[in-house]
Amino acid sequence: MAEMDTSSGGGHKKGPGVKKGKKMSTRVDLTPMVDLGFLLITFFVFTTTMSQPTAMNMNEPKDDPDQQLKVKNSGAMTILLGKNDQVYYYMGELNPETASQQFKSSNFKDIRQVILDKKKATPIGDLMYIIKSDKDATFKNAIDILDEMTINTVPPGHYAEVDMAPSEEQLVTMTEQANGIK
Amino acid sequence: MGRAKLPRKSTNIDMTAMCDVAFLLLSFFIMATKQKPPEAVAVQTPTSVSAKVASDKAILVTLTKEGKCFLILGDDAKRKDVLNDLNKTKGLNLSPDEIAKLGKLPFIGVPLGQIKSVLALPELPPAEKLAGIPIVDSTNNEMVDWFRSITNAYAGGDQKELEERIVIKGDNSVKYPTFKAIKYALKKNDLFKFRIATNSETVEAGTELYNENKAKQQ
Repeated sequence: MAEMDTSSGGGHKKGPGVKKGKKMSTRVDLTPMVDLGFLLITFFVFTTTMSQPTAMNMNEPKDDPDQQLKVKNSGAMTILLGKNDQVYYYMGELNPETASQQFKSSNFKDIRQVILDKKKATPIGDLMYIIKSDKDATFKNAIDILDEMTINTVPPGHYAEVDMAPSEEQLVTMTEQANGIK
Repeated sequence: MGRAKLPRKSTNIDMTAMCDVAFLLLSFFIMATKQKPPEAVAVQTPTSVSAKVASDKAILVTLTKEGKCFLILGDDAKRKDVLNDLNKTKGLNLSPDEIAKLGKLPFIGVPLGQIKSVLALPELPPAEKLAGIPIVDSTNNEMVDWFRSITNAYAGGDQKELEERIVIKGDNSVKYPTFKAIKYALKKNDLFKFRIATNSETVEAGTELYNENKAKQQ
């Protein structure tokens, strides 16, 4: 380590009565400075939110009435998004007589298993998830359910967003009232 | 027997080098951090497992909690074309000076009819006081006009590039009809592919996607 020679050795002698000026060391203790430096680093590291904004691709189908996709009843699962993060679903086509048995309530946690079970039980060619959001569903719900499709590796083209039919809207409202969801 | 004497060393360490390193790291972190681009309004975006990075020249449509819609034309090169086209097709009667002024605004958040009066103000009012671009009413969805001008400005170029640029950024609590109105405006202009700004989320272990990603790595 380089050290400065601060001793006054070797200097010429001053006369009697002339006081020797005490030479102070020029070395500064840098420990607090280092502390401060690292403190600032830690502060910046912790306060910086690593927000790499990501983007999700969305493919919308063309609204072409001539090219309505026919979906097999056995392979279709309709997912309905209601208010307060509620998810409802039914398989195949909604039959007015058995609607109450077909129509099931779920939530974003449990729907994953339902989607997976359906995917496993259906030949891939027939598989179709129909997603319908009602007017009280939020943007987050709509994105979450699409994300759920990605998580369950449902191939693109096997799920679609469709407008909700009035009869389904009624069912959702009734179920919400029955379950006391506000 | 004489024992060898260990020379006593000073416990003082020279901290200069350590100090240098600390401040070097500090300055590195400060300089390497990219500043967040200015936001029209604070928006809490939903999360997704998507790992695609959003374009920094995005045409950003922001939907706020209150259901207001703001537009940021991020691409400097095309901004003027978009505004000129809109001025012409909608007959806004804006002078070249006013168009230049409109281009300098950080975001656009007023109905078309109010653009002229807002530009005349000495200062842009804060985002909360602006009406936003009207969208929810399907007879008066002005995003249709905006997207028409955007497609016109990008016409002839790479369509895929435009698809990657259109980013919808919505707050978690935005109601679905607001989002549907934006999709309607995009569809009206034959834009079927676009992106949605999300915060990244880690893929939960055990899910299909997780297993697939893992299989790919091996």
